[in-house]
Amino acid sequence: MANPARYWREIPQRYRLEAARCTSCGEISYPPRLACRKCRSRKFESVVLADEGKILTYTITRVGPSQLADLTPYAVGVVELEGGVRIMAQIADCDFEELAIGQRVRLEFRKIQEDGQAGILCYGHKCVPV
Amino acid sequence: MRDVAILGVGINKKWGELWEMSLRDIFVEAALNAVDDAGVDHVDSMYVGCMSSGLFVGQEHLGCLMADYLGINPVPATRVESACASGGAAFRQGFIEVASGTSDIVLVGGVEKMTDVSGDEATYALSAASDMEYEAYHGITFPGLYALMARVHMERYGTTREQLAHVSVKNHKHGSFNPEAQYPFAISVEDVLGSVMVADPLRILDCSPITDGAAAVVLCPLEMARKISKQPLVKVLASAQASDSIALHSRSDLAWLEAVHRAGEKAYKMAGKTPKDIHLAEVHDCFSIAEILALEALSLVEKGKGGQAAESGMTALGGKVPVNTSGGLKSKGHPVGATGVAQVIEITRQLRGSAGDRQVERARTGLTQNMGGTGGSSVVHILEAV
Amino acid sequence: MAGIIGYGAYVPRNRIKVEEIAKIWGADAPSYKRGLGLEEKSVPGPDQDTITMSVEAARKALKRAGIDPKEIGAAYVGSESHPYAVKPTGTILAEAIGATPEVHSASFEFACKAGSEAMFVCLCQVESGRIKYGLAVGADTSQGAPGDALEYSAAAGAAAFLFGKENVVAEVNETYSFMTDTPDFWRREYMHYPRHGGRFTGEPAYFKHVLGAGRGLMAKAGMKPQDFNYAVFHQPNGKFPLKAGKTLGFTREQIEVGRLVPKLGNTYSGSSPLGLTAILDVAKPKDRILMVSYGSGAGSDGFIFTVTERIEEVRDKAAKTREMLDNDKVFLDYGTYCKYRGKILTAE
Repeated sequence: MANPARYWREIPQRYRLEAARCTSCGEISYPPRLACRKCRSRKFESVVLADEGKILTYTITRVGPSQLADLTPYAVGVVELEGGVRIMAQIADCDFEELAIGQRVRLEFRKIQEDGQAGILCYGHKCVPV
Repeated sequence: MRDVAILGVGINKKWGELWEMSLRDIFVEAALNAVDDAGVDHVDSMYVGCMSSGLFVGQEHLGCLMADYLGINPVPATRVESACASGGAAFRQGFIEVASGTSDIVLVGGVEKMTDVSGDEATYALSAASDMEYEAYHGITFPGLYALMARVHMERYGTTREQLAHVSVKNHKHGSFNPEAQYPFAISVEDVLGSVMVADPLRILDCSPITDGAAAVVLCPLEMARKISKQPLVKVLASAQASDSIALHSRSDLAWLEAVHRAGEKAYKMAGKTPKDIHLAEVHDCFSIAEILALEALSLVEKGKGGQAAESGMTALGGKVPVNTSGGLKSKGHPVGATGVAQVIEITRQLRGSAGDRQVERARTGLTQNMGGTGGSSVVHILEAV
Repeated sequence: MAGIIGYGAYVPRNRIKVEEIAKIWGADAPSYKRGLGLEEKSVPGPDQDTITMSVEAARKALKRAGIDPKEIGAAYVGSESHPYAVKPTGTILAEAIGATPEVHSASFEFACKAGSEAMFVCLCQVESGRIKYGLAVGADTSQGAPGDALEYSAAAGAAAFLFGKENVVAEVNETYSFMTDTPDFWRREYMHYPRHGGRFTGEPAYFKHVLGAGRGLMAKAGMKPQDFNYAVFHQPNGKFPLKAGKTLGFTREQIEVGRLVPKLGNTYSGSSPLGLTAILDVAKPKDRILMVSYGSGAGSDGFIFTVTERIEEVRDKAAKTREMLDNDKVFLDYGTYCKYRGKILTAE
């Protein structure tokens, strides 16, 4: 299921949180885009996202894809990183009862998916409570 | 732009797990019912709304396939896709083709065959409505995405778990009067609250089901309908569509459906109506919270107060603005590509006065709201009895 | 003089107690705890592996070293649980820390001393002048066969070291290696769990090589146990490092800071390296450290370090090993532990 080329293409974003800041209006696009969502300018400079932020909302997935069975139930949330960019990420190593909107988290490198026994391993970041 | 009328409507016999029927059979059955209801002997063009025949049955080129199996070759036929708004978007394309004078009789159908794959594969296909690289990659599911929105709504406005349950309860009550529905029986708030948790705080009875089904309508200019229609006339007063970011995390307000709001505003303007003029509506209750968010975005209730609508009876049959008299996606079923078209059919039947036990008294102006993914696309139509 | 310019550790939060494992297999927990000198071990989550832990440890090492990752000339990870049999762990590590593309990499394997081998090779490359900085990581998420004695101790963790010639926090004064062909513990290709020779893993294996390396190292350097402030040995259980240290002439006090195993378990390629990071977290300038690793098969690498003034400037730039070991622990039951470690056969 995980195609090597498609996975490899997103590595700068998934491993190093590389994003693009529009040089016209300052809006940060993660992942980088060809046209700014806010002002449609085409010029960007490379930036890296902050690795700390806060939870804006979260849920606990109890019925999920079978490839994530070993992790289920797991928490996922929308996290706003320092600097304003929002991402979707799992929240690992957390006590479900203690999850809260506004909770501070930091990003940690984790394995996100694996393609069965023989396919490629896919990495990225998850949040852990600070 | 010409005025457009709905000449005929048709749904395949029943929605549900249709083991004996294939994708093409389901569509053709609904389309033939619509053509019979319209009483026409030909169509000029066809649109087929379907979210993901490719992932569900490995079949593309649906316009061609359905025109072939309907026996209407060489008429132009096109598949329209906008995730769960595929049906509504297809209807809009059909409307534009008639309104613009390009064609006179246009058949619009929506279909989805979801049970030829495993539950896991179906979940994967549905997840394709989200951002695959930056949402689905991280393991978020569709109930999960709506659960994220629900939590914000509950935290910000005090919407309660019971209020969400009331949406499912109301829609099942309505659906119990609908012989075509997948689950035509009532459920209670206790049933919802006691059902399996899928993604906190949403439970299985907050979620619309996996369904096979199709729905179709025949459109023509109002002037033609006046001459040939066998049914009370229903006019398409407005058709509007809007888009928003695909990813939930890109939206500035996580508990607000901006695309629905914009499409709604455009529709009201085009129809020369206000929310107060709407007698009844079919909205996209893919999850209980979605109905609440849709009502707010359509200005049918005040922002933040959506939770009270079902609980108070405002949106029940007999209430101020009945919503989802068909049973909604929850009770009627949600064959993804068909939903948007079926919403139009319910309103049409209501405006014709042929909704049987579900009839809303003196229904003259109805609204449909169909939406894709977590609100990345939305289509709103306003219909009126002529 | 070349040496460590930055160091970092990573320990997963999950733990399982000896009692929890003993309960399932009908073993007497108190006697296992006494016999092994071990109370609990770390357990990686299903989303953690040698790669993820290496990245986190390396990021901390980078924070302490304060260098541009693009100047790292080699990134090696030593492990016996590399996620890929073919595709070095270091490729993903180097990419994640921004060291690519001008960087060497390879996966190292020598049972529990793969990490110290990586350290030795990086040191040499830096000393020779071929590379400016080298990154060496010892990391493992090793498995013990269910019900086997090793199940009580097989744990997970990572320790990363950046080597360079400038701004050194711990100079490397001497190195030594002692290796023979000794089949004490091994894993054949395509087998899931390792096998071992029972009591044969003691005297002829661990002790012969650790003592051989310890003595050889000190002789080569012309030093005695009393010359050191700290000593850290490979820690397969709580008792072996104490016995080895005592036999070599070290005191309990010298060994205790680096002896993490009672609350961590055996982190295999991370074992003595993690112990070293815990020492660096508290050592003072001019302190001397002796480190002897051990890898079955078998061999031991020895290092002598001298801590510099700079340690005090960089130490607090990242989380300390003891903090990770002692805080925010999540205790698992045996069922969850099995699920996380992939020990449960699910339908295809």
